[in-house]
Amino acid sequence: MNDIWLVLGGTLTGAVGPGISVLYATYGELITERAGRINLGIEGSMLMGACFGFIATVETGSVTLGVLSGMVGGSLLSLVLAYLVIYRNTNQLATGFALTLFGAGITAYAGRTYVDSTINGLNPITVPILSEIPKLGIALFEQDVLAYIAYILGPVLFLGLHYTRTGLSLKAVGESISVAYAAGRNPYMIQIVAIAMGGALAGLGGAQLSLGFTHTWSEGMTVGRGFVAVGLVIFAMWSPLRAMVGAFLFGGAIGLQLQLQTIGAPVSPFILDMLPYLIIIFVMSLWSRAAARAMPEGLKGVLRATT
Amino acid sequence: MQSSASLQLVQDFTFKVYERPIARSILAVFFAFAVFGIFIAIIGRDPVEIYTKMFNGTLGSKVGLSEVGVRMIPFVLAALAASIPARVGLINVGGEGQLYIGAWASTGVAIYSDIPTIWLMLPAMAIAGFIGGAIWAGLAIALRHFRNVNEVITTLLSNYVAILFVNVFVFGAWKNPAGFGYPYTSNFEVQAVLPTIFDTRLHMGLVLPVVGIIATYMFLSRTRWGANMRAVGGNPDAARRRGIPVLRYIIIAMLIGGGLAGLAGMSEVSGIQHHLRPGISNNLGFMGFLASWMANHNPIAIIGTCFLIAIIVVGGDVLQFSGNLPSAAMLILIGLVLFSVLGFRKLERKTE
Repeated sequence: MNDIWLVLGGTLTGAVGPGISVLYATYGELITERAGRINLGIEGSMLMGACFGFIATVETGSVTLGVLSGMVGGSLLSLVLAYLVIYRNTNQLATGFALTLFGAGITAYAGRTYVDSTINGLNPITVPILSEIPKLGIALFEQDVLAYIAYILGPVLFLGLHYTRTGLSLKAVGESISVAYAAGRNPYMIQIVAIAMGGALAGLGGAQLSLGFTHTWSEGMTVGRGFVAVGLVIFAMWSPLRAMVGAFLFGGAIGLQLQLQTIGAPVSPFILDMLPYLIIIFVMSLWSRAAARAMPEGLKGVLRATT
Repeated sequence: MQSSASLQLVQDFTFKVYERPIARSILAVFFAFAVFGIFIAIIGRDPVEIYTKMFNGTLGSKVGLSEVGVRMIPFVLAALAASIPARVGLINVGGEGQLYIGAWASTGVAIYSDIPTIWLMLPAMAIAGFIGGAIWAGLAIALRHFRNVNEVITTLLSNYVAILFVNVFVFGAWKNPAGFGYPYTSNFEVQAVLPTIFDTRLHMGLVLPVVGIIATYMFLSRTRWGANMRAVGGNPDAARRRGIPVLRYIIIAMLIGGGLAGLAGMSEVSGIQHHLRPGISNNLGFMGFLASWMANHNPIAIIGTCFLIAIIVVGGDVLQFSGNLPSAAMLILIGLVLFSVLGFRKLERKTE
């Protein structure tokens, strides 16, 4: 019985750290999809962020510059998608997926001499008072600075999406390009900005992964976190607040997996490694019908799931 | 007067070339190679030397050419695995995982069955591989049908699960006790190995993509079912009103797709590796997906796009071996080729 509580406690404390990078990517994909586009290249953008964030930190010694480079890297990659899908009318899913392989190639090439580099990176900052909340305090308020920004960003995005002119324009474009156009907006420009911001946020998530979570760079280190983010956006039904729940679910799955490994559960470690993916597939199926109804109109042609 | 007439002629000619899909695609490929050449120059290498080495290592020699053929076998099967579901409007990004499961299932037959002859063993392995891949793909369709979960994300994530699933066995129960602790299964007996041909690494697995392409082409263009599939992919509601059993087509297309990816896995373990180990595929399934999109899911065009990707991959291995470029750089080139081919495609009228 004690073991169970130990594992659950450890899972809770361990849920936030691995969830932050996915949370940023989920925010990024959410903005992109709200504008009516889907970006499977978000996985590649995360890799760009992780790689170039790490390289810039090694070379300049400044984590701030590292994070910024990661954002720029992720954003540049997503702009390729923006150009191709908007101006050349290519298929979004194929283009985005190719972009992920493209990003994997660029980062494997650029980062190959940095695999053994060490950095100081982002370190946990303990928030006074809040971190003394029993149980939750340590889990939530002994994190790096990007985690705190991520906590704030959720409500900010929520308010921005529903109560500002920019947010409403974004949503309008996602529902119907022609209506947005008729209302005097520039729908394609809005989509380009949304895709670029999405890539930047995914890059930020990648940078958090290499600078704050692992403190190392290795080839393909995101192992599907970007694709997980695409799934979480559906789970979150395009709401930034629910995205936070989803990302911490993913983090919790990783935390649970690490806890079970630590106590030496008699299961193959590879089965435990499957947990995060299986849990995401499971939660996506929980309220998938409601999600299908909540889907921005502009996505319905691409993400059809009825027969 | 005459010069303007000849100019008109040149213009007409360029226009005509540009109007042909194949010509445009070839132009797009050259464009991508040119951009990659600039990239090579920027990082301080000699593009001419790199491209010469790539050519000599692939099309320029018997060994190179046969290696291109060896790579094409899984590419074509994985490309068909994406293209057949695409006919009915499904996106199968799970070829990589289906390939792993197919390799796993056929390895199980190879190691744990006592089938004595090659004539029974290889078909049994192929059937196991096909069924393995089909079931793996079928799970995504089950989730789509019963829970309305779109197959793009489930097939994507299931790739990672499949790779780990294979690891469970090769690091665990199936590990070769005489393998010095390496995560390999024991080597296949001779009746479970696809025979090689022409004194090269090219193997009899070649039959699979050849039959696959011909059957797919005939099926799609010559039968009522092929026409119905197109109808389902175009507009499922209209197809249903015409009395086409839409769901059945969707399930069968996805199962065949997954099965073909599973066959790619079978041909890799039986024809090349002769055992199962982690990382057997190295993006074969993903490349197949891109090849299918590049070919607009046309089975004949898939031969061409797989040929091109195989040249790039084999060329990349040659460059990696000679220390010119790490093979990761080839993912950049493949990405450029795909962007370019998709981007050069004639713009269809926007349906807004």
